[in-house]
Amino acid sequence: MAREQELQEYWNQNLKYIAILLSIWFTVSYLFGIVFVDQLDNIRLFGFPLGYWFANQGAEVIFCLLIVIYVRLMNKLDRKYNVFED
Amino acid sequence: MSITTWTWLLVGITFLIYIIVAIRARAVSTGAFYTAERTIHPVLNGMATGADWMSAASFISMAGLISFMGRDGSMYLMGWTGGYVLLAMLLAPYLRKYGKFTVPEFIGDRYYSQSARIISLVCAIFISFTYVAGQMRGVGVVFSRFLNVPINTGVVIGMCIVFFYAVLGGMKGVTYTQVAQYCVLIVAYMIPAIYISIMLTNNPIPAFGFGSTISADGAEILQDASTQGRYLLDVLDGIHKDLGFSEYTSGVRPKIDVFFIVVALMVGTAGLPHVIIRFFTVPKIKDARASAGWALFFIVLLYTAAPAVAAFARTNFIKTVHNVRYENAPQWLKNWEETGLIAWIDKNGDGVMQYGPGKAITGKPKYSGQTGSFGQALVSNIVTTGPNEMYVDRDIMVLANPEIARLPNWVIALVAAGGLAAALSTAAGLLLVISASISHDLMKGVLMPSMSEKGELLWARCGAAGAVVIAGLFGIFPPGFVAQVVAFAFGLAAASFFPVIIMGIFNKKTNVYGAMTGMIAGITFTSGYIVYFKFLNPGANKPANWWFGISPEGIGTVGMIINFLLMYIVSKVTPEPPQEIQDLVVQLRYPVERTSGERKISTDARRPY
Repeated sequence: MAREQELQEYWNQNLKYIAILLSIWFTVSYLFGIVFVDQLDNIRLFGFPLGYWFANQGAEVIFCLLIVIYVRLMNKLDRKYNVFED
Repeated sequence: MSITTWTWLLVGITFLIYIIVAIRARAVSTGAFYTAERTIHPVLNGMATGADWMSAASFISMAGLISFMGRDGSMYLMGWTGGYVLLAMLLAPYLRKYGKFTVPEFIGDRYYSQSARIISLVCAIFISFTYVAGQMRGVGVVFSRFLNVPINTGVVIGMCIVFFYAVLGGMKGVTYTQVAQYCVLIVAYMIPAIYISIMLTNNPIPAFGFGSTISADGAEILQDASTQGRYLLDVLDGIHKDLGFSEYTSGVRPKIDVFFIVVALMVGTAGLPHVIIRFFTVPKIKDARASAGWALFFIVLLYTAAPAVAAFARTNFIKTVHNVRYENAPQWLKNWEETGLIAWIDKNGDGVMQYGPGKAITGKPKYSGQTGSFGQALVSNIVTTGPNEMYVDRDIMVLANPEIARLPNWVIALVAAGGLAAALSTAAGLLLVISASISHDLMKGVLMPSMSEKGELLWARCGAAGAVVIAGLFGIFPPGFVAQVVAFAFGLAAASFFPVIIMGIFNKKTNVYGAMTGMIAGITFTSGYIVYFKFLNPGANKPANWWFGISPEGIGTVGMIINFLLMYIVSKVTPEPPQEIQDLVVQLRYPVERTSGERKISTDARRPY
């Protein structure tokens, strides 16, 4: 029974990671790249208006980083809850 | 050597590589044919997924599309990358743990229903055929533009190649050829992009280059000394304004529509079966997660360069064409006139090319075979009254890039080989989905469950062979609706597969009634909306008539929401799924249970646990 609870905890922790990372995912693409793009465009990043940069490059690069972070977190979590693969 | 010789040489070499790889990676079991024996390294799988994902459209058309759409074009960049985050976190690891061959198989088992499996397999086949038709056409078009071969011959050559490695090699052969194809296409895309970036801004990284200032050499190429030292995007915004366009870095499409299209593209990506099955080929759960990251990395390499190419090409095009006498037009313009991708109609008879908003002619240019008084090729199209004198096909922004950058002939040939690699790799991935849906889901799963593995493998090969032939026929006789139905592929994937898979994993209590109601409602709603606006009443396809301003391209998002809601509500009021299904869902949620002696997940596709 205790083990079942542990596995449930593992799953809840996974859901927490997903929720946090997907809210960043939503923010950089939908909020920065679409909804508030015009407001952000007033700020400059080198030659880019900031909103335009998020829509064209920033969101895509951050997506990559989000997956990297998720993979690392999950590899650690797999070990902690003893569900890792050999 | 001439461009044609170089092109034949490079295309020949790359094709030879694909064939050798395919022979070495022959599939001799269903496990190898469907999932490459689940032995693919996550980095290689990432490359293969990149090639699988980036189609002829990504390679040839996307930068051009962006260069005409300005900031609105970013919806494709975000939409076609964001789905990988969803794949990594919400789908790939759990489906890999489940450990079977196809997406319809998972849906059929999870919802303990043959009908659910049949609906899914029909969807999978429909989505894949929609997509593959454009790829085979793309192969023909590349052949005709670079090698002056009739389009149909090009399609047949492409069919033979794909036939060879998809039918013989199955997933194993396709995976390794896709790795080779990724290498070809990324090199072919980046070399011209890097050169143009150096030429205009002196920055060797295109993604940074288009946020840099224009160099002295760049200003000379643009024939405007005043642009030196100014940010490229500022210059581009300025010329856009002067010509009467809206600013390049501003958007004109309503935000609600952009929002819904991006959701549909992202969720659609995550629901496309040919993308999902790539994650069945890695050995471990952690590899499935990592592999999604690698795939996105390899895709983003090209996708961050695309908007740069778009901005460079746009600036260069306007500066070197607008208000320039035709005699002084750059050489590439005259070269590409012959292909029908660019045309100049001297409306005011002054011998100077004028470019601006609006269309110059109706439809695609039809050359009359005569030349005008300035040596330009004349067209027989109806000429519009607007001031714009230039017809420009968006594909030229990538295809003519090497010539614009004055690169040697072998680079031009490389772009041809890259375009072919992009089209062939995507076609092969899609053909595998069709073949597996027929042999594994339809024949083995529904019609002839007692079939031996040998028999199934034969069906898989026949399915792939049949699919190649049908795809080729689509390429030779393109149905007029192909361009319209690409929205269909994404919309359907978003409204059907994505919600049922997600709920199947994240909610134990979702049952067959919910899933069937949700799927059927999602599919019916989405196809109804698209069919109405694209086929039944195309005249009404305007923002004013759309529901809440959502175009048919973005309607898959609404279909998805309907699917989710119905699935949840119907599952609440109908009997729970059987206990063994709920236990199965719990098992999907962790990699292995070490306390009961499990050390790794099975790589044998026939026994899931």
